[in-house]
Amino acid sequence: MSLLEVQTVSKAFGGIQALSNCSIAVEQGTITGLIGPNGSGKTTLFNVITGYEKVDTGTVRLNGQSITNATPDTVFSLGIGRTFQLTRIFPRLTVLENMHIAARRERIKELFSRWSSTHEQRQALELLDLVNLSSHKDAPAGILSYGQKKLLEFALILVAQPQVILLDEPAGGVNPTMINEIARHIRTLNQQRGITFLVVEHNMEFVMRLCDTVNVLHRGTKIAEGPSDEVRTNPAVLDAYLGA
Amino acid sequence: MNPAKVSRLLGPLALVALVVFVGIFPVAIAPNDTVNTIAVFTLIGAIAVVGWNIFSGYTGYISLGHAVFYGFGAYTFGLASLDWHIRGGWEPFLLLPLAGLVAGAFALPLGWIALRTQRYTFIVISIAWVFIFQLLAYNLRGFTGGSSGVFMPLTPWVAPYTDLPFYYVAFVVLLVAVFVSWWIRHSKFGLGLLAIRDDEDRALGLGVKTTAFKLTVYVISAFFVGMAGAIFAYYVGSVYPEQGFNPAVDLTIVLMAFLGGVGTVVGPLVGALLVTPFQQWLDLQFGGQGVNLVIYGALFLGVILLLPRGIVPSLQERWRNWRAARQSQLADRTRATNQEQPAVLAERGGEG
Repeated sequence: MSLLEVQTVSKAFGGIQALSNCSIAVEQGTITGLIGPNGSGKTTLFNVITGYEKVDTGTVRLNGQSITNATPDTVFSLGIGRTFQLTRIFPRLTVLENMHIAARRERIKELFSRWSSTHEQRQALELLDLVNLSSHKDAPAGILSYGQKKLLEFALILVAQPQVILLDEPAGGVNPTMINEIARHIRTLNQQRGITFLVVEHNMEFVMRLCDTVNVLHRGTKIAEGPSDEVRTNPAVLDAYLGA
Repeated sequence: MNPAKVSRLLGPLALVALVVFVGIFPVAIAPNDTVNTIAVFTLIGAIAVVGWNIFSGYTGYISLGHAVFYGFGAYTFGLASLDWHIRGGWEPFLLLPLAGLVAGAFALPLGWIALRTQRYTFIVISIAWVFIFQLLAYNLRGFTGGSSGVFMPLTPWVAPYTDLPFYYVAFVVLLVAVFVSWWIRHSKFGLGLLAIRDDEDRALGLGVKTTAFKLTVYVISAFFVGMAGAIFAYYVGSVYPEQGFNPAVDLTIVLMAFLGGVGTVVGPLVGALLVTPFQQWLDLQFGGQGVNLVIYGALFLGVILLLPRGIVPSLQERWRNWRAARQSQLADRTRATNQEQPAVLAERGGEG
């Protein structure tokens, strides 16, 4: 049984079929890539998995349990975190406050307790240290550079200790040094904490270097799957990208 | 003393000083009927704006319909004291929590409907509530007394002590409201509300149960605004539709919040302290001619243009910049001293 399974999911927006019988599986402890030309349905698939869009048909399962059409907060509480193509942090809150948003709030007592409890504070600072943002902890998140915002968004998801993290273009609009740093963090978290990643990315070098398995989408359907070297030379993939 | 320690102590000290000042104000500082009347209205306005800010300030959903809860509180207070034959004096004040609870209970279905919308649509729906309930109050004559309204129990207090009970009751309710506002702001619940203000969809995706959060805080907010309405009605002696469900109340509340600083704990208090006395003065100068409403509008535009973040956030920013500049100066000085020392030591070593 795979950790995350998307089975024959279809999703249409009016006349546009964004996903058509799309199926992918993400194995526990892997870094899985999801690539495809613009408009191939990658972000829609992320939205369907994380509950931001409802599927027309098909199922989404986490650890064998159906999470089809669950709300985003439920999906998150079950252990799936995600980042967005255009970074979405909370600009008017401080960097440290951002880190506490994702902290679990299961009981009423927890909800009305101070957000800066010692344990949570320590955990948040450790994660900020990990992404080199602890010196900015009291600054409003809105003043960070784009790359720093990406790292903050990444770090704040880790607060909830998710099983799977969906990264939507983590290297998009980021300088090469920062790209290497992001790749290093993904690898470290995958190896040391066993976090599973599903990564959408247009930067092929980044995907090929990082991912164990790569899925290729084209017009809402999976056209290829396999190790990066294999996918790179797949004729259907070349066809989709080059339009040959 | 260390600047960090100073800034940590500054808040609690200012709070204690303010509480003592407000506590002794009507008896020791300004034992004057006119001033005390303005002070009572200021405290009532402060309760309303602190209550409003708990919802609108923290979630970013600007409500222009909280006058509905002001009206519910006022009518609940009046009708309950009338039906239960409660005589004037301290006893009716025991109805204040009931007035707040009824306002909160009405907020539940109203919020459930209105909070399905966002931004401008929410503002429009919130305004609509005021007019709907004003019309209902006019037309449900058997229940609300129609246009003549409901009369409150007559108070037994005589001058110069007429205002003092209202002043101190309003002061206690205000302290509770400010404490609740502060508590929410520093809780995970409050952080969730601020996240909703910045990006609601993102907050939902990080586990914040946005609908439940908004609805809960809408009810809490209505509770305090309802109590403000009840104190106001008891103080002025009656409530009628145009006064209970009055859109100008919303305009005033929003003006106070924006002037002082929306979404902060202290800002709305500062706003109430500035706007209500000014409003009272305008009413005395131009009351009945409508000029006061024109001036409110102009003032509101001025605040939005010149102080979009309000007084308190602007001052906080200056304080932060001053501290940052001071820390940077200190760091420069330390660096300069560290660089000078080896040079001096080297010189001395040379001399030796």
